[in-house]
Amino acid sequence: MRFVDEFRDRRLAQELSAQIARLARPDREYRFMEVCGGHTHTIYKHGIQDFLPPNITLVHGPGCPVCVIPMGRVDDAIHIARQPGVIMTCFGDMMRVPGSTGSFLDASAEGADIRMVYSPLDALKLARKNRDRQVVFFAIGFETTAPSTALTLLKAAAENVTNFSVFCNHVTIVPALKAILDSPDLRLDGFLGPGHVSTVIGCRPYQFVPQAFQRPVVVAGFEPLDILESVRLLLKQLHEGRCEVENQYTRVVPWEGNTKALEVIRNTMELRPHFEWRGLGFISQSALRLREPFSNFDAERIFQVPGVRVADPKACQCGEVLKGVLKPWECKVFGTACTPETPIGTCMVSSEGACAAYYNFGRFTRERVAEAVR
Amino acid sequence: MTARPTREQQVLDRIESYRRRKTVLREERITMAHGAGGKATQTLVQALFLEAFRNPLLEPLEDQAVFGVNGSRLAVTTDSFVVSPLFFAGGDIGHLAINGTVNDLAVSGARPLYLTAGFILEEGFATADLERIAKSMARAAEAAGVAIVTGDTKVVQRGKADGCFINTTGIGLFERDIQLGATQVRPGDAVLVSGPIGDHGITIMLARGELELVSQLTSDTAPLHGLVESLLSATPSVRAMRDATRGGVATILNEIAAAAGVAMVVDENAVPVRDEVRGACEILGIDPLYAACEGRLVAIVAGDAAETALRAMRTHPLGREAAIIGSVREDPPGLVLLKTQFGGTRIVDLLVGDPLPRIC
Amino acid sequence: MCLAIPGQIERLIPETDLATADVSGVKRNVNIGLVSHEGIAPGDWVLIHVGFALSKVDEHEARASLEFLETLGEAFRDEIAAMTGAEGFSPLDTAERGGG
Repeated sequence: MRFVDEFRDRRLAQELSAQIARLARPDREYRFMEVCGGHTHTIYKHGIQDFLPPNITLVHGPGCPVCVIPMGRVDDAIHIARQPGVIMTCFGDMMRVPGSTGSFLDASAEGADIRMVYSPLDALKLARKNRDRQVVFFAIGFETTAPSTALTLLKAAAENVTNFSVFCNHVTIVPALKAILDSPDLRLDGFLGPGHVSTVIGCRPYQFVPQAFQRPVVVAGFEPLDILESVRLLLKQLHEGRCEVENQYTRVVPWEGNTKALEVIRNTMELRPHFEWRGLGFISQSALRLREPFSNFDAERIFQVPGVRVADPKACQCGEVLKGVLKPWECKVFGTACTPETPIGTCMVSSEGACAAYYNFGRFTRERVAEAVR
Repeated sequence: MTARPTREQQVLDRIESYRRRKTVLREERITMAHGAGGKATQTLVQALFLEAFRNPLLEPLEDQAVFGVNGSRLAVTTDSFVVSPLFFAGGDIGHLAINGTVNDLAVSGARPLYLTAGFILEEGFATADLERIAKSMARAAEAAGVAIVTGDTKVVQRGKADGCFINTTGIGLFERDIQLGATQVRPGDAVLVSGPIGDHGITIMLARGELELVSQLTSDTAPLHGLVESLLSATPSVRAMRDATRGGVATILNEIAAAAGVAMVVDENAVPVRDEVRGACEILGIDPLYAACEGRLVAIVAGDAAETALRAMRTHPLGREAAIIGSVREDPPGLVLLKTQFGGTRIVDLLVGDPLPRIC
Repeated sequence: MCLAIPGQIERLIPETDLATADVSGVKRNVNIGLVSHEGIAPGDWVLIHVGFALSKVDEHEARASLEFLETLGEAFRDEIAAMTGAEGFSPLDTAERGGG
């Protein structure tokens, strides 16, 4: 596969690994946060941690826009799905996220018509084909996905597909980054910036990170070589005493972002004053909702969702795990009240969340695994 | 090796003891995950069915049961087919219904002989479609050398069955004195697969139409008894075979590793995957290792018989692209590890339910 | 929100903002509304996310990135060969052995 396989080249990986090992000073620890769920996935899928020396840790951040959806919003969506005549559509990622009484999968078992789609356009198509039903699209994702929802809304409006609506849960990356950086016990040395979000917002929005918090940012692609090269660039910055935003993912990320994409978002959506993130609490100006001119397509207004806030249990310490302050096993509810079957916070909800991964495989040390594959 | 701090070890020990406790079914309702062949299915089978039916023949929980009758050894298996759409590139529910059961018998080492066919039909289902399905079944049975000797028909009201559900039960006879199964597997064994993985699962996913992905892929549904015969004739050192259906190769390897108390190490570069399967999987964010097959077999053979086994499979039309994909190790028991194409390592766990497309 | 894959545009569908894209032989119609202002033609590569083209893949930049990685490697290749002999090595070996 072009533009994919070349960036999975083993030989180049080994060379990069050697370079990284050279640049990393043996007398200190390095902690780099990757903010994006997609980066977490690549790191696990390809076993990238194996290419880094033991004193470099990649910390998984809150970049899973699915896992940070609070239980109350899932409950709201299930409430909508249960209304007569509704077809709820969502991405596959949403099917297992728990609300306070169950997930979409459970709601489907109880009779709600919930269907997976690959694209919001498919939901719109469903609405055109089923004029007697109300088709609702559960929109999730960072700025990467918001333009797609926005264009779909514009299409729906232009074609007057009145039985289509959007339940908007788009969140924005910068406030989440700020929330992490504002923590007093921050122990991070740099960030791998979210490559695909950056195709939309560009690289400029991350400048506050070096400027106000003195941490370098490298906007990273999603293939294994991209991630290793980005780690190398971060180390190089630290080594050379630089602190700035760099773009590693130049083949796809324009420094200025995609102005058309930003325009359609602005056209259809606006920032909510605040939004609750599972495990991180309320963050201001961190999520999007539909603008007034699109209220006919706003599921929240059409269905008068209960909007009940289901608080994260006080015991949830996801915030600290996300910031790299706590290890999963150090969380008070890890393995007892909070397990992969009964997850409380975002770190356990996602199968690649730090806690879920540790719960399933923590008993196998890196050494034991390495020995097994030798 | 670094020793773990005590508190961390306490937490890990606690998790281990939960793991070893009796499996409990928590859900009050059946969800789609229970039918996917992964963790949820396992829990359902162990906590509900095994609890209710427990007996020595059932406990191994292999794909078939093996027992003796008056000096002969027989294998019996059953499978239900609920695929949607009923007709897809490369076959239909009829082909699956025959091949699936034939394969479950063949992988035990028995010769498939007779099948039953039970139909649950939805009111309103087109008889022309039913005839088409029956003809497919007849052709598949002939190709597999089995006869459909008895059956049943039920009709349920409109909306209560997806057109047509089929159950087939198969009986096979052991003509060789062999004992295959997960318990035969041991460290040093080699893991082979008979061809490219994921063809069926991805074909079906694409055929559903909601994803609007188009390709030339076809289902790999096929009867494997001939391939099995080639393999068993070539070497006496076959330990276990499974046909990789729902849950894919990853699920099979996990089941065997757990049942045998061994580790498996798989080389991602060695696993054959067609370009289109890779493409669809990359688009949807699915791992081909979990995608269903319907005409592929996973064989564990003694290490020194690996090359012989490979050659034998490759001489058969259904095994031309067979490959040695990994090996069995002693430690860590129950774990399946992958040497990624990139050169790193990753643990391949059972999924809870079906692999779902993701955007994240 | 991160899963996006490069695909090649096969043809534009006239009178729509859609194009047929190919990923390893799997085809899907993608909406090119977000990138059409950059000029999309058959043969171009785009980054596809939930049925939309988000960005054009700059083939020149892609090649440059890879070439840069190759040159980085050159300086170290002899050293690696000396360290590991003919067999090559596991990434962990390098990681643990390295560090300046």
